[in-house]
Amino acid sequence: MQKLLEWVDARFPLIKAWNEHLAEYYAPKNFNFWYYFGSLALLVLVLQIVTGIFLTMHYKPDTALAFASVEYIMRDVPWGWLIRYMHSTGASAFFIVVYLHMFRALLYGSYRGPRELVWIIGVIIFVALMAEAFMGYLLPWGNMSYWGAQVIINLFDAIPGVGPSLSEWIRGDFVVSDATLNRFFAFHVIAVPLVLVALVFLHIVALHKVGSNNPDGIEIKENKGPDGIPVDGIPFHPYYTVKDIVGVTVFLIVFAAIMFFAPEMGGWFLEHDNFTPANVLQTPSEIVPLWYFTPYYSILRANTVAFLGLDAKVWGVIFMGLSIMVFFFLPWLDRSPVKSIRYRGWMYKSALAVFVVCFFVLGWLGTQPAVGKNVVMAQIGTVVYFLFFLLMPFYTKLDKTKPVPGRVTSK
Amino acid sequence: MMKKIIVIGLLACAPALAIAAGGADVHLDTVRIDLDDKVSLQRGARAFVNYCLSCHSAAYMRYNRMGRDLGLTDEQVKENLLFAGDKVGDLMKTVMTPDNGKRWFGTAPPDLTLVTRSRGAEWFYTYMRGFYLDEKSPSGWNNTVFENVAMPHVLHEWQGSRRVSKVTTDEHTGEKHYDFEWVRKGTMTPDEYDDEIRALTNFMVYLGEPAKLVRGKIGGYVLLFLALFLVLAYLLKKEYWKDIH
Repeated sequence: MQKLLEWVDARFPLIKAWNEHLAEYYAPKNFNFWYYFGSLALLVLVLQIVTGIFLTMHYKPDTALAFASVEYIMRDVPWGWLIRYMHSTGASAFFIVVYLHMFRALLYGSYRGPRELVWIIGVIIFVALMAEAFMGYLLPWGNMSYWGAQVIINLFDAIPGVGPSLSEWIRGDFVVSDATLNRFFAFHVIAVPLVLVALVFLHIVALHKVGSNNPDGIEIKENKGPDGIPVDGIPFHPYYTVKDIVGVTVFLIVFAAIMFFAPEMGGWFLEHDNFTPANVLQTPSEIVPLWYFTPYYSILRANTVAFLGLDAKVWGVIFMGLSIMVFFFLPWLDRSPVKSIRYRGWMYKSALAVFVVCFFVLGWLGTQPAVGKNVVMAQIGTVVYFLFFLLMPFYTKLDKTKPVPGRVTSK
Repeated sequence: MMKKIIVIGLLACAPALAIAAGGADVHLDTVRIDLDDKVSLQRGARAFVNYCLSCHSAAYMRYNRMGRDLGLTDEQVKENLLFAGDKVGDLMKTVMTPDNGKRWFGTAPPDLTLVTRSRGAEWFYTYMRGFYLDEKSPSGWNNTVFENVAMPHVLHEWQGSRRVSKVTTDEHTGEKHYDFEWVRKGTMTPDEYDDEIRALTNFMVYLGEPAKLVRGKIGGYVLLFLALFLVLAYLLKKEYWKDIH
């Protein structure tokens, strides 16, 4: 065994990689609840890839066969139902975990220097994940799959000039059709997953270069012992590997409870309208994306006025795009001298609380018909959403902060 | 601080959870679904094959899979539930072509494999008990749940035929309430008919998701295993972490 290891190590930096990323990667010792979601996101990624491979073996990317092939997986493929529910529950779990992971960054200023690139790569992962989920949702070829894709792709029509030809290019047809299903299948099972895996790799490489943040927002590398090891750091392996096993188990308990006892989650994880095959002639009474897109769907529908020579619809698309793009600028919008919410003043705390409430309200509105006071609420929500970012340079600078301790605190 | 954040998060979720529970604008009766009741499932299967399958397909389901799940041998399936010429491994297709369906009813009868998943068990249970005579409709029938439905009342011999005598609308909920008068009594009492439709609904819930028969049971074992594993994982973590302060 030892001989083999030496043989490999002479040809590949195995021990070096192991040490750098696990056994001698020093992570702050004060990680709390919010620090589980990074490793959980990695777990869900692996779960989606593995279950996805098995689904691909039985799924048919063909408008005449797709819907039936999913039901075939549910009935005739041994354990097919389990694999399919793992994948469908995994999709929602992925977003829950990623949203919480991003929220953690907002709590403790993890996007701040020197971790700007970790954050930016992370936001790109988020965008790729949205594309992955959107295209995956077309594949079962249910009625909501079909109409959801139709509505979202039609948005591109609104772009002046190139719009109609662009949406035609995306669909490969004048309407969502077999050509669309096939290309979405190609993107969903190989193109985007490759990008995702590569980005996750870069995310971790960038993180391990600068080191992990922590709930106190202190740089542990600034306080090293005589051995050159941060005094507040502990080796990731074994300490955080064994701790993450606990987190993983708790996560799996929640995941299994949903998957085995409520895989539809009352229509939130699997929509009722998607149990009817795609029907070009029958639009669902209300076209609703899955829950993880609804905040952005609300922003998309919020604007009702045309200005600067552009349609209200075009502005909706622009606002939705900006609402995601704005995350990229977060490292430079935040001017606070401290990183962690623990040492920030009331302004940032209130702003973040309002932002969270606003995100949920927008999410809820995205599931409702856009009429009457819902439209007004979505408009207010959209404005508040953007103000959180646009006013950030001011309120984070004005905010009264508390002194940051020199060493991490355990709480 | 963290507790506060979690509370705010949960509060923000509340409206979303409230609408998830919300329903449609038609009143639906509740129905007790019990997939462990094999007799009820078999009764529902018989009604489905004899009455529904002539026009509607259940084309994602195979006869022998249904038989196995319902505790029937292939022989029993062949004798009781199969159309002449079909094989036990066949999908449950209807003999009526979509073209004929369109000609006879104005619309092709939809596949019913997943009807309780798309519309819900309560919808199905109420719909099947909601037919009444209506001269204005082409088929002569109308339905309290599905207005101007193209489908005639296939089970009218069981339930009997009735006519609406009075419709009242609830001011608050906007729900319509129907009063009926019998034109002709059925071969079953209203209770017997409800019970038969409950069996059919039970079967339809099974048909929509055969895995439902096992997933709860397997899930129980999985959760039990994970709970035990959690204890070990926690103890392991505690052992490693005792020297970190």
